[in-house]
Amino acid sequence: MSGSSTKRLSGLTENMLFLPIAALLLILIADFFLIPGFFAIQVKDGHLYGNLVDILVHGSPTMILAIGMTLVIATGGVDLSVGAVMAISASVAAVMMNPTIVGMNLTDPKLFINNPQYTWAPLALVIIVPLIIATLCGLWNGVLVSYGRIQPMVATLILMIVGRGIAQLITNAIQIVIFNDTYAFIGNGFLVLPFSLYVAMALFLAAWLVTRRTAMGLMIESVGINFRSSFYSGINEKRVKIFAYAFCGFCAGVAGLIVTSNIRTSDANSIGLYTELDAILAVVIGGTIMGNGGRFSLMGSAIGALVLQTTITSMLSFGVPASAIIAVKALVVIVVLLLYAEQVKTFIRRLGNLSMRRETAR
Amino acid sequence: MPEPTADIVAMTGIDKSFPGVHALQGVNFSLVKGEIHALVGENGAGKSTLIKILTGADRADKGTIALDGQEVAIHSPLHAQELGISTVYQEVNLCPNLTVAENILIGRQPTKFGVSVNWKVLNARAREYMKQLDVDIDVTRPLGSYSVAIQQMAAIARALVVSNAKVLILDEPTSSLTAHETAQLFKVMRKLRSEGIAIVFITHFLDQVYEVTDRVTVLRNGTYVGTYETASLDRMELIRLMLGRSIADLAEMTAHKMESSQGISEEVLLQADGLGLANSIEPFDLTLHAGEVVGLAGLLGSGRTEVANLLFGVDKPDEGSLTMSGKAVADFSPAGSIGRGVALCPEDRKVEGIIGDLTIRENIVLAMQAGLGWFRRIGTKQQYEIADKYIKLLNISTPSADQLIKNLSGGNQQKVILARWLAANPKLLILDEPTRGIDVGTKADIQKLVLSLAEQGMSCVFISSELDEVLRTSHRIFVMRDRGKVAEFSDQVDEKEIMQAMAGSHS
Repeated sequence: MSGSSTKRLSGLTENMLFLPIAALLLILIADFFLIPGFFAIQVKDGHLYGNLVDILVHGSPTMILAIGMTLVIATGGVDLSVGAVMAISASVAAVMMNPTIVGMNLTDPKLFINNPQYTWAPLALVIIVPLIIATLCGLWNGVLVSYGRIQPMVATLILMIVGRGIAQLITNAIQIVIFNDTYAFIGNGFLVLPFSLYVAMALFLAAWLVTRRTAMGLMIESVGINFRSSFYSGINEKRVKIFAYAFCGFCAGVAGLIVTSNIRTSDANSIGLYTELDAILAVVIGGTIMGNGGRFSLMGSAIGALVLQTTITSMLSFGVPASAIIAVKALVVIVVLLLYAEQVKTFIRRLGNLSMRRETAR
Repeated sequence: MPEPTADIVAMTGIDKSFPGVHALQGVNFSLVKGEIHALVGENGAGKSTLIKILTGADRADKGTIALDGQEVAIHSPLHAQELGISTVYQEVNLCPNLTVAENILIGRQPTKFGVSVNWKVLNARAREYMKQLDVDIDVTRPLGSYSVAIQQMAAIARALVVSNAKVLILDEPTSSLTAHETAQLFKVMRKLRSEGIAIVFITHFLDQVYEVTDRVTVLRNGTYVGTYETASLDRMELIRLMLGRSIADLAEMTAHKMESSQGISEEVLLQADGLGLANSIEPFDLTLHAGEVVGLAGLLGSGRTEVANLLFGVDKPDEGSLTMSGKAVADFSPAGSIGRGVALCPEDRKVEGIIGDLTIRENIVLAMQAGLGWFRRIGTKQQYEIADKYIKLLNISTPSADQLIKNLSGGNQQKVILARWLAANPKLLILDEPTRGIDVGTKADIQKLVLSLAEQGMSCVFISSELDEVLRTSHRIFVMRDRGKVAEFSDQVDEKEIMQAMAGSHS
């Protein structure tokens, strides 16, 4: 191997996106050989169906959560409450469409019986209000972390636990079935590709513009790497953190709307359950390092979410029972931790050096 | 002082390099039985490196260590303890939630039938050890419920018990003690001395050096200055030894300074009236003209950094007022200061200066960007232009602006931080120890830069432990001592006068 090509190769492996893309390709190649018809895509009524489309549909909420989580992790924090915030946003949306079912006498219940499509609040509000509330939830986390100086893990744990209770209170612990087809389009609709994927892509673009076309990205990284130096440089590190948590809350709100729309109920007990772990895992697979903060890659996190969903979908098509999926995720966690561990990295580097030395000796 | 006997510890010709820093060069250090030996020097002098080598935390590149005349290689802190060398660090590293007795005897608990801990014996023994240090307390209460002084006593007791110490190293033990507690500690130190233990006492307080020590070893910039009998060493002489002076560049700099002093305008840029903060800095007055360099002289802990932090808004004052360009300052924060055109190059480069994992370019534009706000991003192309401009101007040696700042040497990191502030175009630049731990050439560069900036109308507050450096760059000099301003001089002052003011009434 010539010197320059070795260099180019190592430059490639040092790239943040190398591992997530390699992982995604590896899984897809395995699927190609192991699962016949995995890549088959059918067209029905102008919509695309198939495993790959499934991955995009089911992967988009995780992708959306991962986008918000990336910024929080880059500031050196973590947000455990995104699952609970999803449930809150879902509950608020459902109640706003049908307040009578939880006992609020805001309108005549007959309206809903005569016309299942009926919604009490206009649909625009049904979408905007939950997103505002979710953003406020994120803001609360941010204030606790920055002004309260509480450890992010503990600060967001509060909302993680309380949030699900709040969601239950909002819906009076009733699972509200959603009949409105327009609302259901968010999570079920197709414009050639699933609609939720467009939502995820729009959010990704927005996050990319905000962090890379303004100075927010630089400030987030700076605060994450060394918040004292950032403070001395005149960066308002508290506001930067609050922004990250608020944005993460907003993303969780969007994901909550997509999931309720997709399953057509607001089940405060199960919506978003354990998704905070998926989101964190996606971010970590994407190469943003957890714990220290600093450099982040939105693209990495998006691909990380796809890696996770592809693994799950592949396992399901391979015949692994749904109840065992959690074990598969645990396996992914172990592999990821090993791949990013400094010891393993140096070990691989040393192996590489050894083989190179052997080659030159020859 | 007891009769000097043979050296119990003799370190000779100790050399130690870290990447980019020559921390120790040919340092000698010796201890005799039953003495209290002060180790003094400003920050970066090499005290902690020397102690780390003696306690086995680091290995010397060159030089020998002999214990009781026999050469030894100390592998680890544990090995050092086995050899009878114990250390009590500045930050007490015991467990505050365990009892005093547990802390003293942890790992050496007396047992019943070799299985369960014999608490009665344990507590009795611990009480006895503490009594030997003249401390009579309830040893069954958690360590954390006692004052720092008592915790320190417990740490000393532990050090003596665990290693049966012959050598006890006390690393700045008095920095968080009250006067009364310090006296109590000194009593214990004298008692231990009379029992034949050799004590290394590291401190920044010269009064304490004179109060309690028999000999003093002075280090400066990693070199060995000398070992002296404390009683026969003049206090002024000690300060001179610690600070040192060099004559390099002196003539040129003086001429340069004369020139720049022509440019000082009558206009007052910044005025502090009785500005102060409880437990940090006594109220002080300060008037600064445009184009003027004011030096802050004083030993470490004299309140220099505290002045800088107040002027830059890192700390909020609780009395007095600050006026900048004729307007009263209300927003005390770094962000507010950048808005007013004030910049601070902080003392601790690693913790308060650099953003290690960002590139040189990003580090340079950071303060300027913070001043513009997050919405008005400096374009990537412009970022490169700014970075390249300062890399050239300040002679930063790096292959490119995309290098991570953590990969640079200390001097180059400092230049990047300077560039960060120059890019923000300040009217007042506060430099807190800008030349610490960097090589001589870069030091001269920075001093010259300060003067040429002043010529262009920028004001500067220059803080340094090196007196000659302050004298060389400043038009006026403030002397700090004991967290307050004690004197103000014009630049015609004699070095000796400043030292007298720094040392206080005892000179």
